[in-house]
Amino acid sequence: MRLVMKDSFVAMGVAILLFFIVIATFATVLAPYGPYEVMMTEAGRLDRLARPSFEHPLGTTAYGNDVLSQFIHGSRVALIVGLVAAVAVGFVSTVFGVVAGYFGGLVDDVLMRITDVALSIPTLPFAIVAVSLLGPSVQNIILVISILFWRNGARIIRSAVLTERERIYVKWARAAGASHFHVILHHILPNIVRVIFLWITMSVAFAILAEASLSFLGLGDPTVISWGQMLNTAFSSGSLRTAWWWVVPPCIALTLLVSSLYLIGRGFEEQTNPRLRRY
Amino acid sequence: MDKTPPSPTVIEARDLKTHFQARSSLIGALAGRQPRAIRALDGVDLAIRRNEIYGLVGESGSGKSTLGMSLVRMYEPTGGEVHYNGENITHVHGKALKDYRRAAQIIFQDPYSSLNPRLTIGQIIEEPLKIHRIGDAAERQRRVEKALELVRIPAEENLHRYPSDLSGGQRQRVAIARALVLEPQFIVADEPVSMLDVSIQASVLEILDDLSRDLGLAVLYISHDIATVGYICSHVAVMYLGQIVEEGTAEDILTAPQHPYTQRLMAAIPSIVPDENRERVELKGDVPSPLDIPPGCRFSSRCPYATELCTTVEPQLVPTAEAHRVRCHLYDAEAVATHPSLEPPTSQAA
Repeated sequence: MRLVMKDSFVAMGVAILLFFIVIATFATVLAPYGPYEVMMTEAGRLDRLARPSFEHPLGTTAYGNDVLSQFIHGSRVALIVGLVAAVAVGFVSTVFGVVAGYFGGLVDDVLMRITDVALSIPTLPFAIVAVSLLGPSVQNIILVISILFWRNGARIIRSAVLTERERIYVKWARAAGASHFHVILHHILPNIVRVIFLWITMSVAFAILAEASLSFLGLGDPTVISWGQMLNTAFSSGSLRTAWWWVVPPCIALTLLVSSLYLIGRGFEEQTNPRLRRY
Repeated sequence: MDKTPPSPTVIEARDLKTHFQARSSLIGALAGRQPRAIRALDGVDLAIRRNEIYGLVGESGSGKSTLGMSLVRMYEPTGGEVHYNGENITHVHGKALKDYRRAAQIIFQDPYSSLNPRLTIGQIIEEPLKIHRIGDAAERQRRVEKALELVRIPAEENLHRYPSDLSGGQRQRVAIARALVLEPQFIVADEPVSMLDVSIQASVLEILDDLSRDLGLAVLYISHDIATVGYICSHVAVMYLGQIVEEGTAEDILTAPQHPYTQRLMAAIPSIVPDENRERVELKGDVPSPLDIPPGCRFSSRCPYATELCTTVEPQLVPTAEAHRVRCHLYDAEAVATHPSLEPPTSQAA
């Protein structure tokens, strides 16, 4: 933890991530209104597209919902979908990539042909069919995203393992009597962790965007609001270019969340790779 | 200096063969052609005793590394036998193999990639102990420090440093310490100094020399540089295309090489005598491919003394003096008697 604090980039990344985690955890307390609560003007009309004011710090949407409240509640879906899907993707990719790359030969052939088949699945059509068959819910979206994105990661991680496998210290460890498990745990994984971390960080962005795309197509979980859905309602209501208070917050939040993970990944790499350490 | 009686043999290879399967082409496979064997190691006999550093010299591709790797069972030999302390370990597996791995260690050529950059020196040397589940943390720490002491690296200040903080010579010494920490009886040193600066080669060689004597190790020292072999080895074997062509004490090989190939290797060493007029000898052509070994003597395609006999009949390793064996028809009394065209070359002293 001391090391984390010394690196200002990591500290920033951790701070941003913690900020969103706090918001998501206490969403019900922090949000002034319900995400779909309809705002009325004093004249009794729908309070549409109101500019930011004291009552509505981030204004209202075209349907009279409070943007701040939607934004706060939306962080939950982003974190859950983004993080859970990314971790699942990272795990499956790592297992496939490491096993295929390390053992090579027939194992590699079989696993990579499975990956080839998975790679040939068209992303969005598959997601649409799968989500509509399984039913639109956050869990199903996470499942579909995991099924769709492990394949590229498996390839990337496999290629990293292929170079690590040829290192002389791997050869040495085998000659010294180390088991495959020992070699993978002590020599392969520590040296490819940066690749895995980078892939997980990228998967977070993919997952959040995929969730937004599915929401846009009406396949998002209708019971919860997400940042992707906010953007898509803004788009479909035609106010993407006028109601900046509606569009900017989710965009900035998505960018910050993804970059915070990137910063953490980068700092992690710097701390664990002695060649990059700064004194 | 002479040790009598001779110390016991630690590792012995008998007619050792390691062939690799060349990848067959698609068309070849469809035509049902057998993939061709690469005969990297083709019938090697060798024995290394305690306290002995055995030098192995040869060009790239002569099979010297394959021999080293086969002896520590990184490769499983396809023929012949390897005996360790009299026990046949040619095809052992599982626990027996792991036990053997504890007793036989290897040091690689490149000290820059043989150490995991993410581990500290202490962790690197401790690793073999962990692999073999030896001792508790304190005991392992003690052994690590002892191993570092043997290679003359101060433990105190280096235990927590990373390989990137060390020089090439220090790294190679760490690699040696890592091999020593398991207290092996046999070490293969595969060109341990060829990537180091000339100025520090001697100090690393000196450490190897002291260790083999102090710890009673049997060392196979592989090198392509016949000059460094003389410093530390008591016996030397010269390899060509997967076979030993000449074998004897270091002194005999270096001062009176008999096989035409060894003579050429020796002639290639630069001389420090300024006005010495030496005949310039060059080897024509390259080493033939181990995929396509010529009939008869393997060296015949490049040998200046080659006769018809050499291209048809394969010579055997024959003793020419005590502890000196040569694989050449020129020194085979029988062959010389029946083929008067064979003219023994004069030995060239280096």
